[in-house]
Amino acid sequence: MIEVKHLKKQFGGLTVLRDVNLTVNKGDVVVLVGPSGCGKSTFLRCLNRLEEPTSGEVLFMGQPVNDKDIDKVRAKMGMVFQHFNLFPHLTVKKNITLAPVKLGLMKQEEADARALELLGRIGLADKADTYPNMLSGGQKQRIAIVRALAMNPEALLFDEPTSALDPEMVGEVLELMKELAQSGMTMVCVTHEMGFAREVANRIIFIDEGEVKVDKPPKEFFENPENERLRSFLSKVL
Amino acid sequence: MQAFFSDFASKFYAAFLFKDRWLQYIEGVGTTLLVTAASLAMGIALGALVAMIRVGHAQQRPGHHNPLLGLINAVCKVYVTVIRGTPMMVQLLIMSMVIFKSSRNFTMVGALTLGINSGAYVSEIIRGGLMAVDPGQMEAGRSLGLNYITTMMEIVVPQAIKSVLPALGNEFIILLKDTSLITVIGGKELLYAAQGIMNRTYEAMFPLLGTAAIYLVLVMLFSALLGKFERRLRQSDRG
Ligand SMILES: Nc1ncnc2c1ncn2[C@@H]1O[C@H](COP(=O)(O)OP(=O)(O)OP(=O)(O)O)[C@@H](O)[C@H]1O
Ligand SMILES: [Mg+2]
Repeated sequence: MIEVKHLKKQFGGLTVLRDVNLTVNKGDVVVLVGPSGCGKSTFLRCLNRLEEPTSGEVLFMGQPVNDKDIDKVRAKMGMVFQHFNLFPHLTVKKNITLAPVKLGLMKQEEADARALELLGRIGLADKADTYPNMLSGGQKQRIAIVRALAMNPEALLFDEPTSALDPEMVGEVLELMKELAQSGMTMVCVTHEMGFAREVANRIIFIDEGEVKVDKPPKEFFENPENERLRSFLSKVL
Repeated sequence: MQAFFSDFASKFYAAFLFKDRWLQYIEGVGTTLLVTAASLAMGIALGALVAMIRVGHAQQRPGHHNPLLGLINAVCKVYVTVIRGTPMMVQLLIMSMVIFKSSRNFTMVGALTLGINSGAYVSEIIRGGLMAVDPGQMEAGRSLGLNYITTMMEIVVPQAIKSVLPALGNEFIILLKDTSLITVIGGKELLYAAQGIMNRTYEAMFPLLGTAAIYLVLVMLFSALLGKFERRLRQSDRG
């Protein structure tokens, strides 16, 4: 579903990603880990071109991701941010329906119905007409996920979706992500939640020195880390 | 002592009451408010346009600069620099005596000049407001597949408007007072009316103090209204 070939990304003189190659298949739940500043966010943002790769190629459903059809690609590849990035001037319902309606995918009534259905599924239907600043962090992030889901995406990207949350709210967001994973959604997640990675991911990827150093199912990843740097990384986070 | 008071009274009479002169002040105030409103509207329209161009230019990806946008951006920058770098009085004189030297509608030329002048300052206010919106908002909009313009209009601009309203209110107050400058090119606003009366009565104190008092009342009135409006805005932020 997503293919990354020889992806390189530099900021000025700083080479963050040297040569990343990765194929994400339909239904994969891929968790990206790596030391702080190793380029996990940069990699994720290159997938939907919020960052433009210096060189190399990203393919999404067989099509190259370039400036030409970027809006069409993004409509099918949702993204969830660390700081939620809900639109504070719009109600929860409007946050969810804005893009589908503006892009002509749905009429306002259809989109409203879909928003209410999705909100109902996460138990927040009663928040449809409130503004984001009235919600807890966990509620905001779950609504941000619903906002991405309302586009009926083929894949979802998560950049540390629980890092900005109070500890007691992490669970509800991870629970929703787990449900999504079980429903077959293709997901690429940057997260420090090793429990989630172990339980939900089918592949864990260790990025270091601008490359994919390890790409393994969780069991092997945690129990049998051959890579020296991964061992030292795991000893710090586990 | 009595002579002093009777002199006082007769000067007051001459300045405000004789031949219903107070009507001329009222008329002057009307023009002043009209010129203020017209130049503010123009300033906001021009300022918003210039701000959007400059922000649009600044937010292009490195290595993907549109040359046409670059050119328009350069023009906008020159406009802002020139207007903010020269005195309003000089701009007024240039507009009335060089560019529109055959026009007799001095009030209109004055309003136009104020509008162009205000546009430069307003563009900086709006540009600041647009840049102050969390970049994550643009990213969230774009990541949903909305294009740059739609994201700007639906997500960034509405949030920027809220944050620039107080500064725009301030600009309105400044403009209100600056309209008095168009007197020098013959714009028929409040100060012009006062000067007309001075020229007939050969007495300056009452017309000028009266004019100052009227400006002060107007400014205090509008400041109070704006303050009230801002408080309401802040409340809606919280609730
Ligand atoms: N827009 C940018 N301009 C310049 N340097 C950048 C930019 N974005 C990221 N970087 C640099 O690129 C490197 C990788 O950043 P990135 O945010 O991708 O790391 P990360 O793995 O997500 O880290 P973290 O775990 O802290 O989120 C860092 O050194 C960062 O300073
Ligand atoms: Mg990051």
